[in-house]
Formats: sequence, structure tokens, C-alpha cells
Amino acid sequence: MTEASRFTPAVRPGSSVASAGRESANLGDILERVLDRGVVIAGDIRVNLLDIELLTIKLRLVIASVDTAREMGIDWWEHDPWLTGNNRGLLEENRRLRARLTAMEEQQALVLEEEQALESDRPDDHRE
Amino acid sequence: MITVNDKGTYLYAVTLDTDLACPEGLAGVAGAEVRAIRHAGLVAYVSTVPLEQFGAEPLRESMEDLDWLGETARAHHRVVEAVAEGKPTAPVRLVTVYSDDEQIRGLLSRRHDDFVEVLSRIADRQEWGVKAYVDLASAPPSEERATGAGGPGAAYLRRRQESIRGREEAWRQAAARAERIHDALSSFAIASRRHRAQDPQLSGRKELMILNGAYLVEHDRGEEFTRLVEELRGPGVDLEITGPWAPYSFTDLADPAEPEVLGDG
Repeated sequence: MTEASRFTPAVRPGSSVASAGRESANLGDILERVLDRGVVIAGDIRVNLLDIELLTIKLRLVIASVDTAREMGIDWWEHDPWLTGNNRGLLEENRRLRARLTAMEEQQALVLEEEQALESDRPDDHRE
Repeated sequence: MITVNDKGTYLYAVTLDTDLACPEGLAGVAGAEVRAIRHAGLVAYVSTVPLEQFGAEPLRESMEDLDWLGETARAHHRVVEAVAEGKPTAPVRLVTVYSDDEQIRGLLSRRHDDFVEVLSRIADRQEWGVKAYVDLASAPPSEERATGAGGPGAAYLRRRQESIRGREEAWRQAAARAERIHDALSSFAIASRRHRAQDPQLSGRKELMILNGAYLVEHDRGEEFTRLVEELRGPGVDLEITGPWAPYSFTDLADPAEPEVLGDG
């Protein structure tokens, strides 16, 4: 009865937020209202939503995984490796790449110099 | 004897007891018939529900099933809307289940004054929802300068930081814009609430929701309100209006002065 699989929310993109029937209202908007707003009565009661708060954690992930748009803004910020602890590795990699790049640029410059030297050799052979 | 409590009374909404007949033939959650409990000048709209489905334990599982939840939420909402069509209505949170009708009568007596206060506040008024979205991904990229000193690596790093700053700036502008829209709508409305922004999974849109507002508006000024929303539309911000709704966002009951007495039935 209580296998983990039965607790998996059946989120089906597209189907779960589609509007249907006589209500033109989006299911997401309805869920938000009936789960998050309206009169809450505590106390002498058989069941209320607060009692099943445990399970609504998953629902809350869907309904309000972010408190405000600001937090959402912070979210991408926080996950940006350039601005988090992960940037140490990236900066290190960047330094290595720059070193390689400089080496390659130097190598290329040498090749160019050699080519130029060869070209300038061809028209007038008076050097040799 | 043991199975005497295998049914509960599911509460959808509370209204004042007026001459208006309650909606008939209305199906509620799990297809249960909706009936009215009249008491102390108030009416509670309820259904009798099996506790094997609406007890705390089974709900803990079925609430995880978004299909079941969606169906139940729609049924609950349908009852609230049908009741609210006729008179000021205080919608009750989903899955509010009492042991029996007697407990509901107890609630109506005990919280009578609070319900009357809330219902007078929302009389002849409706809730409108307004959501604003911005697409930060399409925010104009910051000026890319030609590769400067420090080589290509440094230029890349600089570009990257500029694009992050550009996004931050775009976000700041969007937030300020949301503030202005909310202010304009609030000054028109009787009351307003800013709710948490919806997750893209819920909104069904990939853009960032910067405003999720609810506005309580006089019944006969709905058209004016929708026109105002139209006027606030502008490039870069998409406004979405929903409603009119039963006043879900404006029916908070005052906290009871003392903890409610248990087991008065």
C-alpha cells in the first residue's frame, strides 16, 4: 500500500495544466486557490489540509517552488558556476586554457615569421 | 458500531442565510451530492464523503496523484463558484472534513461573527487575478566590446560577466515594472494581495512570473478593471488576467482569540 512508487506525483506536462470542461480557468490557478487560499479552519475538525502538510511538500514544489520572483532571480544566479564555489575550477581551467592559447599564439607567430622569412628569400636571392 | 464514523462532512463554503435557494443538483468532490446546512443565520455547503477516501491517511496518498487532485480541486471549485454566483461566499480550503453535520453547526455558531465580518467585506465584490511575465532570456545582451587587453580568455570572461550583469539589470527593471503595475491595480481595487510567483511547471509558461496579484473589485467595475489591465500592457511584459473568481484571496478569518474547544459534539 505504501510503496515509494505510490507517492510519486503523477505530473504529466501538458495534461495537468490544461483547461477543460465548463471552467475556462487553468487548473494551476484553481489549485493555487483551493490549496493556498480560502478559509482555513483549525481545531475541532476531522481532516484539514494542515494535517497533511507532509504530503503537500511535493505539491508545494509545483505550486510555489519559489517564494518570490526575486528568489527565482537569485536561483539562476546561485547556479551560475561563475559566481559560486564552482568558479574556482573554472578559473583554473581558464588559466590553463589561456596558457595554452598563449603558447599556441607564440607558436603561430614563429610559424608566420618563418613563412615570412621564406617568402622574403624567394624574390631576391642576394642574401644567399 | 465501529463503522459508525466511516463518513465525514466535507465543507466547501459558507454564506449568509438569505432567501435564495441553494444551487440544486450540484455534484461535489467524488461525485457526492452537495447540500446546505443552515444554522445561526449562516449556510454551510457540504457533502457527505467516505472517510476511506477523505480520511487523513488515504488523502496523504491520493493528494500526491495530480490527476486525482486536479479532479477534486475542480469539483471543489465548481461548488464554490456555483454558490458564489448567488451571494457573498467564503470559500473554504480544499479537503476540510468534519466528523458530522453537528460539528459544522458548532463551527457556524462559534465563528459566526468572524464569518459575518468576512462576508460583509466581500459583498458585491469579485476577485480578479493578474499575472505578469517577462522573458529574461530575450533581454537585450549588453554591448560586446572588442577583445581588449588580456587575450581571448579574459575577453570571454568579461563578456560572460557583462551578460550576467545585463540579466540582473533586466530583472531589476522587470521587478520595478511589476511594482508599478501592482500599484496601479491596487489603487483601483478595494483590496489587493501579491501571491507567490508560480513555478513554470504550474503556470505552464517558461517566462519568469514577476507578478501574481489578486484584486478585489466591485462587482459592477469588472469591465473597467480589465480595461485598466489592457492599458498597463507594454512591450517586454505580458499581462494575463483571470477571473472573476470567488474571493479566495480575501476571506481570511480572524484568528480565534483562544484555541478552539475540542470535542463539543
